[in-house]
Amino acid sequence: MAVPGNINSAGTKYYKFGGITLDSGQFLGPITLAYETYGRLNPQKTNVILIEHAFSGDAHAGGPGGWWQEMIGPGKAFDTDHYYVICSNVIGGCQGSTGPSSLDPQTGKPYAVDFPLITIADMVRAQKELIDHLGVHRLLAVAGGSMGGMLALQWVSSYPQIVKSAIPIATTLKHSPQQIAFNEVGRQAIMADPAWNGGAYYGREKPERGLAVARMIGHITYMSDKSMEEKFSRRLKDNGPNFKFSNDFEVEGYLKYKGDSFVKRFDANSYLYLSKAIDHFDLADNRSLPGNSEAAIRFLILAFSSDWLYPLYQSQEMVRHLRRKQADVTSLEIKSSYGHDAFLLEVEEQTRVIRSFIDKTYHGYRVVDEYEI
Amino acid sequence: MKYKYRFDHEVISRIVEPGAKVLDLGCGTGELLFLLARRNKARVEGIELDDAAIYACVEKGLSVIHRDIDSGLAEYSDQSFDYVILNQSMQEVKRADLVIDEALRVGKKVIVGFPNFAHYLARLQIFFLGRTPVTPSLPFKWYDTPNLHFLSISDFWDYTREKRLQVLAVHYLREAGEVRVLPNLFARAALFVLTRQKTN
Repeated sequence: MAVPGNINSAGTKYYKFGGITLDSGQFLGPITLAYETYGRLNPQKTNVILIEHAFSGDAHAGGPGGWWQEMIGPGKAFDTDHYYVICSNVIGGCQGSTGPSSLDPQTGKPYAVDFPLITIADMVRAQKELIDHLGVHRLLAVAGGSMGGMLALQWVSSYPQIVKSAIPIATTLKHSPQQIAFNEVGRQAIMADPAWNGGAYYGREKPERGLAVARMIGHITYMSDKSMEEKFSRRLKDNGPNFKFSNDFEVEGYLKYKGDSFVKRFDANSYLYLSKAIDHFDLADNRSLPGNSEAAIRFLILAFSSDWLYPLYQSQEMVRHLRRKQADVTSLEIKSSYGHDAFLLEVEEQTRVIRSFIDKTYHGYRVVDEYEI
Repeated sequence: MKYKYRFDHEVISRIVEPGAKVLDLGCGTGELLFLLARRNKARVEGIELDDAAIYACVEKGLSVIHRDIDSGLAEYSDQSFDYVILNQSMQEVKRADLVIDEALRVGKKVIVGFPNFAHYLARLQIFFLGRTPVTPSLPFKWYDTPNLHFLSISDFWDYTREKRLQVLAVHYLREAGEVRVLPNLFARAALFVLTRQKTN
């Protein structure tokens, strides 16, 4: 039995396995996946929630310092008193899982750009190996924001018989040209840095300037005009303008800080691989997602009013697409001024709907038995 | 939280067959859908524009899509529901005729419920006070009403004839019962059960 009030985390663990054949036909292996678990698996193994992280996220979602710590834990949106929560990292990344900075067993050196191109479906395929290893055969819910939402949708597409419900947040069935364009500017910033050196920079100077610029562009798209106004307005740093092209405004200092801290924890080649995988993700065709006759999967689709990177129309299109397939869909556009970052920040609103949605999926209407008729 | 009894919900619950597939357009906080899901074992879903109402629906375990019913039901296939319900929401949409058309396309039967503008209390206020009526079923002032259309029971009967809609049943409602005499004068609200007239 789970100990109520305790998140029951053992920290980040690593699962090593032989490998998988990728969408490209290439074999990738051996593979290591970083993951964390919270709460306890019930004897029937029916209480599993899989959390998917966004582009630069990692396996450390819950507990102190976790990127979704406000959402995962006892009594929270993903309630570890009742559910067994798994957060898995992705292949292609650089946070403990196999990616371009890992050693290529053929050469004994980091893969760099010899790492095969991967897709969102490949990431899910690797996670399926982890789920099997953990003895889990059914996922009560798969949830995530941004790229994490794509992974949740991909789980539905790849393994419809395993997934009972999906919670894609602030995401899309496919990137628009505008979203691809922002990613391409990030990639070009990295590749324009002389230190990138065709991807072969391991063990020498890293393309930190390029990666920092890529991250700065990212942060602009994660905020909204209003959240930037509220956070920085036109406030000047310390001594005001010095007319030397240094950081005069607070917003400039913020972006520089975000860029500089990002390069310490993220690999530039992973940026290239993961952003390409996101750009190529496309489940908007007629076959990718199952119809209700094939699998009775519940969907909770959340979006945020001020998110201009993943605008409301993309979630609305997702709802229409799933509804056309007679899927069981609930959607909510949450009012927020935080822009795309809202999926990390709007805890109270998301908690209200996610908790009830998961409880209904688990118990049926039992959850509302206190309503007397 | 307990279910709040409403006579119009009671009547709809008596109309809907057990296990029916129901779509509620403008389902609000989901009381009716919840009643139909629990008591009638209906397979229910809703569409609602107000985000605060959607939180309440999800907390009841209901599946609801956040959108404006004026934008149509294009991705809902023809005759895919046993009932489409427009209860107290038709008078708030921009184009009631188009919404009813869509409801009739998607649903085999449509239940339309609306407040009766020709109720005698409303008539008295217009006639003797010369003012826009405020009554229990039309509780708003002229400046804050969500209602875009004001219609009477006779108006809606005219509409069904004009559009050649088959009226399967009508219920004229007062607070906790049905009105048998002079409904356009004494009913606060009406519930029409409609279907498209069979051609040929």
